[in-house]
Amino acid sequence: MVEDIRGGFWSAVRRIGRAREIGIFLFLVGVYFFLFILKPQFRELDKQLMVARQFSWIAIIAVGMTMIIITEGIDLSVGSVLALAACSMGKLVEQGAGVWTAVGFGLLIGAVCGFLNGLAITKLRLPPFIATLGMMGMARGITYVVTKARYSILPNELVDVLGWGRWLGVPVPVWIMAVVAIVGSIFLRHTTTGRYIYSIGGNEEAARLSGIRVDRVKLIVYTLTGFLAGLGGMVLAARSNTAQPTAGLGSELNVIAAVIVGGTSLSGGEGSVLGTVIGAAILGIIPCGLILFKFPPEWEYVTVGIVIIFAVALDRLKRR
Amino acid sequence: MTVSHAEKTSPEASPVTGCPVVEMRRISKAFPGVQALDGVDLRIRPGEVLALVGENGAGKSTLIKILCGAHHADVGEIFIRGRKVHIRSPQDARSLGIVAIYQELSLFPNMSVAENIFISRLPKRQRLPMVNWPRLRQEARRALDMIDARFDTSARVGDLSVAGQQMIEIARAVSSDARVIIMDEPTSALSEHEVNTLFQVIAALKKRGVSIVYITHRLEEVFQVADRITVLRDGKHVGDLPTGEATKEKIVQMMVGRSLNLFPKEIVPIGDEVMRVESLSRDGVFSEISFSVRKGEILGIAGLMGAGRTEIARALFGIDPRDSGELYVGGKKVEINTPVDAIRNGLGLVPEDRKLQALILTMAVRENITLAHLRDFATMGMLNKAKERKDAAQRVRELDIRTPSVEQRVANLSGGNQQKVVIAKWLGVKPKVLILDEPTRGIDVGAKAAIHSLMCKLAASGVGIVMISSELPEIMAMSDRIVVLHEGRITARLTREEATQDRIMMAATGG
Repeated sequence: MVEDIRGGFWSAVRRIGRAREIGIFLFLVGVYFFLFILKPQFRELDKQLMVARQFSWIAIIAVGMTMIIITEGIDLSVGSVLALAACSMGKLVEQGAGVWTAVGFGLLIGAVCGFLNGLAITKLRLPPFIATLGMMGMARGITYVVTKARYSILPNELVDVLGWGRWLGVPVPVWIMAVVAIVGSIFLRHTTTGRYIYSIGGNEEAARLSGIRVDRVKLIVYTLTGFLAGLGGMVLAARSNTAQPTAGLGSELNVIAAVIVGGTSLSGGEGSVLGTVIGAAILGIIPCGLILFKFPPEWEYVTVGIVIIFAVALDRLKRR
Repeated sequence: MTVSHAEKTSPEASPVTGCPVVEMRRISKAFPGVQALDGVDLRIRPGEVLALVGENGAGKSTLIKILCGAHHADVGEIFIRGRKVHIRSPQDARSLGIVAIYQELSLFPNMSVAENIFISRLPKRQRLPMVNWPRLRQEARRALDMIDARFDTSARVGDLSVAGQQMIEIARAVSSDARVIIMDEPTSALSEHEVNTLFQVIAALKKRGVSIVYITHRLEEVFQVADRITVLRDGKHVGDLPTGEATKEKIVQMMVGRSLNLFPKEIVPIGDEVMRVESLSRDGVFSEISFSVRKGEILGIAGLMGAGRTEIARALFGIDPRDSGELYVGGKKVEINTPVDAIRNGLGLVPEDRKLQALILTMAVRENITLAHLRDFATMGMLNKAKERKDAAQRVRELDIRTPSVEQRVANLSGGNQQKVVIAKWLGVKPKVLILDEPTRGIDVGAKAAIHSLMCKLAASGVGIVMISSELPEIMAMSDRIVVLHEGRITARLTREEATQDRIMMAATGG
């Protein structure tokens, strides 16, 4: 198992070729060119950026979910937490609070929900599935209570910036996604906590015996994901001008799917933010493609399901 | 542990006759790197209790697994009641009437007693694929009566005590017409009273002509319950003798008497006390454990598996709780409740199972080596991978770890090199005391020697070393002082000069 030490260009190519994300990246590129060639409407950069805006909120949340899944955990509450954060923000604005203060508060709510998840998992020793399942119900329930099941209309200030705003021609949500992804990736790969995250997923017992504060790392990861769920909720709400209590229903599965298609294993220990973003892109570009080909929208569910199974099966085969 | 004479099973009470029910001839079995069995004979007579004794690694479990169809012998033959047989699988063994009861009981805790006894042959209603519950309860009652066990057939097995669960396993074996029941360390989890009950059941089984192979480290029990004793050592058959002719000293001598091949030990200047443990206790696991380690010293902790040594190490390192006791490092009292505390106070632990407890197999050598003190490679939380690589490369050179690069996945390394990675990891935190639990288990001779010389080097640099080991030659070769544990208590303290294999073995088996 001696590694090749021939240097130079080809070694760099080989190293890129061996990268975990290369498979799905090529798949994404394939789908992209497929649409590019066959559908002239797709060729406009503007159209493509709009597709990116469509899936950016999923990708933002998926960055946090990636870290959770690497630690062999899961967070089923993100769909409900994003709604709670967005609707709290909406209600505050309705009562006269400053827009950006309300946004800050919403993000805080998201973080608190994440923190509570983390507490349940580390102190009560609940399995992540159960703890976040409970939060999923509670957060959604509280959302309905707070909003009395009615949506809030969001002020233009927010919608113009966060929903439809652009900077240098690129939609703001896409910028947010890029920043979150880059910061997340650096965090995972270049900080001590990032290394601890991979260690806990690789072998939690060994990590604990090596002096890693496992509980603290888990708290960080779940709190962060709660925060990102709040952020994703803001972006989603801004895009639709309203904060709906039903926002994000079922979206936890889309987020998890993006992470899995991106190559992160549910059994923990490996994964990357880059892969997750590619996964979110694949799962975002396919419905767009279906629309262009005039498929009825129901086909989206079928194709997303097929893509997930395909992606994971390919990954399994590669492992052998 | 004493049993009254009335309950003692004496060889004369049920005469054991002629033709052996099981005969294993010249059994040999090799695993990669080790000859587990070499020309071993085993003879079991009907209605007798045969004690199978030997050190850890002597070959007892391999021999039994071959008899039960879990392994295949490379060489040798097996005869059942005079007929040659090929036991290819556990089902074959079971159909020949051979059943094993292991320490890890194979019961279904959420099912009833009756279901557990008959799990693989639940009685059905005529022609329908449905369970015949009344019949099941009846048959279960009969099976339990055979061994005089008074359980409710619908009791949930998980609610029973370990002793009770063991009875269920025996009932299961007996009701499937087992002629040979192998019991592996049956009393390790039983109280004195429950042990007596077990012996009564064994006596009842003997009367029905069932033979028992009784594997144990507790030599007192051998004298209480066995008719004959077979001793194995290093994969070879040392001898058979009737219990009446045996003494504890004789058996111990047969178990360990081999020429010692001592590993080279450097004599190193021994300094001040670096760690002291006082009255460490944990209810039911270990009690009143006190010892000290000095700089440059290697303290060997000997004893059999289950004596509590690993548990003591885990308590010292803050992994498991303790009920009482004090710890002093460098003369200062310290409170250690988590591994983080332990490391901060200068302790390191190389755990028993490197794959499960010490290594992150999917990660690279470099990442494993730096893991315990990762913060030393980071500024403001950001890792300096170049510094990591340099450090790891240096350790790899120092410890002569055979790996193509520090980026190699640890899973791809050999056992010996993996263990070196674990040691390298702990060298990184510059511990004052390093505890090693079975440091050379599962490692071939060459790597063993390398790890031993590493330990000596560490000691020479002033580290206090605590070495837990089940291998007598290792304990004797490497230790400056030896502490022997038996069932959670220290039964002997020996200096290097005082130690002999027999003395250690006697203390380890409670003598």
